[in-house]
Amino acid sequence: MAGLDHAPPPFFKRGPAPLALLTFYVLISLAVFVVDLRVRSLDLLRQTVALLVDPVQRVAQTPGSLVDYARKYLEGMQLLQRENDELRHAKLTTAPNLLRLEQLEAENERLRRLLEVKERENAKGQVAQILYTARDPFSRKVIVDKGRQSGIVAGQPAIDEAGVVGQVTRVFPFSAEITLITDKDQAVPVQIVRSGQRSVVFGLGTGQLELRYMPANADVEVGDILVTSGLDSIYLQGYPVAKVVSIEREGAYSFARILGAPIAGVENFGEVMILDPRQPLPPPPPAAKGRGGDGGDKPGLRPKKKRAAKGD
Amino acid sequence: MQPTFSSSRILLPVRPWFIYLSLIAALLLNFLPTAYWPGVPDWVALVLCFWSVREFRRVGMGWAFILGLLMDVADGSVLGQHCFAYVLLAFTASWLSRRLLWFPLTQQALQVLPLLLITQMIQALMRLAVGGDFPGWGYFIGPVVASLLWVPLTFVLLLPQYQPVEQNPDRPI
Repeated sequence: MAGLDHAPPPFFKRGPAPLALLTFYVLISLAVFVVDLRVRSLDLLRQTVALLVDPVQRVAQTPGSLVDYARKYLEGMQLLQRENDELRHAKLTTAPNLLRLEQLEAENERLRRLLEVKERENAKGQVAQILYTARDPFSRKVIVDKGRQSGIVAGQPAIDEAGVVGQVTRVFPFSAEITLITDKDQAVPVQIVRSGQRSVVFGLGTGQLELRYMPANADVEVGDILVTSGLDSIYLQGYPVAKVVSIEREGAYSFARILGAPIAGVENFGEVMILDPRQPLPPPPPAAKGRGGDGGDKPGLRPKKKRAAKGD
Repeated sequence: MQPTFSSSRILLPVRPWFIYLSLIAALLLNFLPTAYWPGVPDWVALVLCFWSVREFRRVGMGWAFILGLLMDVADGSVLGQHCFAYVLLAFTASWLSRRLLWFPLTQQALQVLPLLLITQMIQALMRLAVGGDFPGWGYFIGPVVASLLWVPLTFVLLLPQYQPVEQNPDRPI
């Protein structure tokens, strides 16, 4: 028979005191929050958990996509035919330019070589389907169905048929997260088509874009088209980004408040094209040179380092 | 435990797998595309709050932390945002549980409302502090809807624990 000196069985097992547990978990959460925000060294943790969560999330999205599919199916022939006609019409109207595009590109290349200007990079990429909008209400991001398996890396720009949509900010094994250009403080280096002036456009988080730090007397008009300037070594030159919709010039401020609307269907669902990363720009020339000059492709122009890859 | 301390109805003990199942179901509900509509409650916070009140020895801050981590990754938000809010929610709910269960269900719902609102506000404050954009007041409708759902939710989640009202005299338990 056992002696009486052993410990009593744990009748009322309660674990550590609640306050101790609370302190422990709160400290861990806050540490994780700060580390993820400032150091960004927790991507491995995020990707591991994402591997678990992603399949579940895709399953949860199926009812929605099924409803979508059913609606499209029921909308039926008539709509398809009309769409088909429109597309054929559009194809015909763009045909004169498109047919000569190849010849024009060849000619352009030849001329550029004559001028000893660096050749324009060709845009290549892969089409990705937008799976769903990230649920986070504090930012504007979408998840697409191509990930590291398809060779996507963080920083690649995404466009649709009209213009720039956003930029890949996180890559998971089978999916990637695209931060839209309308996300708060997401920056895109742009150029005003009409005047050739360069600037940077920022997302406002409200679906609009703002052209910041433009002097009050800057040559900007409502209706101006902003295209990527290509100075950031991320976006190729010439993709439409935004159209200026309103300008407020007040004498009290040294900068004009210029708002633009995105040209691409940024908040739409559908497919996007993820462009391959650009070839690195030539190294910056010595500081004495490299001032002035328009157009992003001229050698000797200093490549600006912008924080376009900034997340959140 | 009883539905409330003032009623005399005796419940069967809870089955752990049912708790886990309900939490996973809440996660799935959160992942549904309906989550983008304004006023859709945070199901995980609601169910977590429920079990923290009812069974604070089984569902505690550890579960809250893990669920928060899953929600953070699924949302694409900053890691730790949901963790922090859920851990605080679980702690407060279990702390208040001894008092909360004395009240009738509708008054419980009234007391759960501030809990859920604070959970949502903590997340908003955390993100606004580090430069997120304000999601609009619709963000705070969710907790109100969630607290309205407290009564039906209590009924559904306690369903496996109810006994038949007419007792068999041969089997008193």
